[in-house]
Amino acid sequence: MFRNNYDGDTVTFSPTGRLFQVEYALEAIKQGSVTVGLRSSKHAVLVALKRNADELSSYQKKIIKCDEHLGLSLAGLAPDARVLSTYLRQQCNYSKLVFNRKLSVEKAGHLLSDKAQKNTQSYGGRPYGVGLLVVGYDNSGPHLLEFQPSGNILELYGSAIGARSQGSKTYLERVLKDFTEIEDVNELIKVGVEAIRQSLKDETLTVDNLSIAAVGKDLPFTVYDGELVRPFL
Amino acid sequence: MNHDPFSWGRPSDETYGTYNNTIASASPFPKMNTQQPIITGTSVISMKYNNGVIIAADNLGAYGSLLRFNDVERLIPVGKRTIVGVSGDVSDMQHIEQILSDLEIENNYDNSYADDEETLKPSYIFEYLSTLMYQRRSKMNPLWNAIIVAGVEDDKPFLKYVNLLGVTYSSPTLATGFGAHLAIPLLRRVIDREEDIESTNLELAEKTILESMKVLYYRDAHSSRKFSLAIIDKEQGLVFKKGLQVENMSWKFAKDIKGYGTQKV
Repeated sequence: MFRNNYDGDTVTFSPTGRLFQVEYALEAIKQGSVTVGLRSSKHAVLVALKRNADELSSYQKKIIKCDEHLGLSLAGLAPDARVLSTYLRQQCNYSKLVFNRKLSVEKAGHLLSDKAQKNTQSYGGRPYGVGLLVVGYDNSGPHLLEFQPSGNILELYGSAIGARSQGSKTYLERVLKDFTEIEDVNELIKVGVEAIRQSLKDETLTVDNLSIAAVGKDLPFTVYDGELVRPFL
Repeated sequence: MNHDPFSWGRPSDETYGTYNNTIASASPFPKMNTQQPIITGTSVISMKYNNGVIIAADNLGAYGSLLRFNDVERLIPVGKRTIVGVSGDVSDMQHIEQILSDLEIENNYDNSYADDEETLKPSYIFEYLSTLMYQRRSKMNPLWNAIIVAGVEDDKPFLKYVNLLGVTYSSPTLATGFGAHLAIPLLRRVIDREEDIESTNLELAEKTILESMKVLYYRDAHSSRKFSLAIIDKEQGLVFKKGLQVENMSWKFAKDIKGYGTQKV
């Protein structure tokens, strides 16, 4: 009846040393639509493909702002991403209020990581079913992090998560040398949009399904939606 | 049955011993907060100069008018570019010392930029301390101190004050306690306004602070000759001088002071 005896909870290892629930959570990311993140020495950019349930419905939000210097895009379970982004917002506010300090992106990553890991070590819980790309600009410059439900955090120059994201990743790997040196944020966004095109199947990018965000020095975290993305199509 | 517990009587004295009356005569207060400081540290004085800040405090912990402890260090270094100078209650100061140490450990843990970009800056420490002081006074349980945070941030001198009421302010010259009355006028002879910082070098600033420490030792009965002095310079970093003494004193003026003790004026 059961495919597997060791995937019922997050606290039991399989005899081969695997936690299946965590691995399933990693799979949930691939069900979400693709999102790309990349950073140069000056800026960090997010590009995301939004999906709608049917022709009459609105598009699901893919990019969430956490603070003036920090935001994220998601692939997977959107409600889980809302929990995590709300948590990051609280932590940003706390840092601002108590220390008059921008929450560093590295610290944000560790906070998310600890929170996600706790779920994998207590009975009755489940891992978050969402992957995040976190971008921010702090005292040490622009950063891009990839968050996984397992509690892993990776810092990267470029990354893509979600359905068919491998295409975007391969593209970013190919042009890595060029985009890390880009000074103009609009040029960097163009690279991101070109990357996300590599992950499209039937759909085409439109003002409705493309979402973009950028952050950098003297550029607070800004989301471009609707008509604002037309120049990048 | 009589349901009033008071009419049930007590366990017999032979078996359980007599009733402990100290329980009944316990303090009428369920809890009491700090009403006054006990062991106290006197003034902290500080000033900016063109390349940083300078701060000094003596090493005395006084128990009322008794000069009880003479090895209390009241300048607390935090990170590489901040000094927190504390006057007032010494036990509360030690509590703050513990908190600052925890803060530094917490900041340095899992922080790849702990040594430069994401180090604890003076402004972060000050914001934290002022929040803490105001929170405690709002709980009607203040930390009985006046604190000066001195440091260098973005190559500019940083100097701010917060006290037990949660009141904060900043100025090119700052002093707590008696120093606010006796030292500030002397410090302002050198730096009266923001523009004067640029024309004041370390040598002049240090001389002014030493002179002020001398005057404080002359006139503040709860001060000691021994003191510590810290300089945070944007080039040299933190220079911490401990075990200094007030030098070149002249007590000639003392014999002419009248109006106290057993003298007839």
